[in-house]
Amino acid sequence: MALSREQVAMRVAQELKDGYYVNLGIGIPTLVANYVPDGIEVMLQSENGLLGMGPYPTEDQVDADMINAGKETVTAATGAAIFNSAESFAMIRGGHVDLTVLGAFEVDQEGNIASWMIPKKLIKGMGGAMDLVAGAQNIIVTMTHASKHGDSKLLEKCTLPLTGVNCVKKIVTDLAVLEVKDGVFYLLERAPGVTVDEIICKTAGKLIVEGDIPEMQF
Amino acid sequence: MAGFDKVVNSYAEAMAGLKDGDTIIAGGFGLCGIPEGLIAEIKRLQTKELTVVSNNCGVDDFGLGILLQDRQIKKIMASYVGENALFEQQLLDGIIDVELTPQGTLAEKMRAGGAGIPGFYTATGYGTPIAEGKEVKEFNGRPYILEESITGEFAIVRAWKADRYGNLVFRHTAMNFNPMAATAGKITVAEVEEIVEPGELEPSQIHTPGIYVNRVIKGNFEKRIERITTSN
Repeated sequence: MALSREQVAMRVAQELKDGYYVNLGIGIPTLVANYVPDGIEVMLQSENGLLGMGPYPTEDQVDADMINAGKETVTAATGAAIFNSAESFAMIRGGHVDLTVLGAFEVDQEGNIASWMIPKKLIKGMGGAMDLVAGAQNIIVTMTHASKHGDSKLLEKCTLPLTGVNCVKKIVTDLAVLEVKDGVFYLLERAPGVTVDEIICKTAGKLIVEGDIPEMQF
Repeated sequence: MAGFDKVVNSYAEAMAGLKDGDTIIAGGFGLCGIPEGLIAEIKRLQTKELTVVSNNCGVDDFGLGILLQDRQIKKIMASYVGENALFEQQLLDGIIDVELTPQGTLAEKMRAGGAGIPGFYTATGYGTPIAEGKEVKEFNGRPYILEESITGEFAIVRAWKADRYGNLVFRHTAMNFNPMAATAGKITVAEVEEIVEPGELEPSQIHTPGIYVNRVIKGNFEKRIERITTSN
């Protein structure tokens, strides 16, 4: 069975390490915050200028001056810091953020990512995504393995305008966990009940399958 | 105005000198931390052919979006414009020109502009459409693109507190782009929630020193929220 959005987030959360500074993108990546493993502490960075993002506020706590990069009202966690946008992107570009998790339309075997623009459709802008993929030490992409029509999103070469080049290291899809290395995808894990054949079938880029591929553990 | 007293008492004074074709650098992230009254004054003035540099362009009926209603903006440099249907329509109709700019690059363009640095190299956007036509230079084996800094005839920002000398303190994440924008205007106007006397702000806690600020006006803010999300 393909993973639900929550299960993808749960699997990504297993990649978190104690003491990590993490930037979570909009969508599935945001859900990762709900599944931080017991016994570890991570601090969430929001690129509008907040390090140490807390939970959503209660109705009484809602403050128009306290938002995250998705423009949602949030709170500051204990020990948070607030700063300006240049400072925020100094952290990001300077490689101080340990992990960035973001969604994508396409990823290719060179680690290139396309996530911000579909030509001839609505152009909304890249926000902070180009800075995040250029600056993070470690990037995990979450997305569905294939489109609704069955077209693979893991390609030999991205077809959409790029967000960044040679930057994606790991991908968690609804079917598999993959690593991008040396110009190929490596299959690391498969979703429970999903066969290696199905993953091969839905991966358009070059995929290396070595030995028995374990199921993800939750 | 006498000495270092930057306080003005009307929006007309606050935006005096703005003319057609000017570049305006605006602080704010979405609708958070935007100088609402200064934007309203620009609409009242009906200044045209403006270039606006701001992370976003407001929504249809609030923030910078209201300047689209009478086609006052010729060009906008922003990182994300997805909240504004009128903007999309004017873009499709060729009325408005947009230069989409990565958020960190936009912040740095303002910062560098205010700091007298004409350009900088960044890895952000290398190999993407925004790198087209830009100089590429390698440092330690990694390619970077040259981005030019930006300044404007005006900068408009919103702060929490100002003293009469124009020293500014921002509140929570309403800070965002405001400190950089404040440095990048030939005339910088701060619309603030509260004006205090010099000496009342702790010097080491000031976010924007008054040297960057030309005019201060006390505003009344609606503080509209784009997405109210709560835990209950």
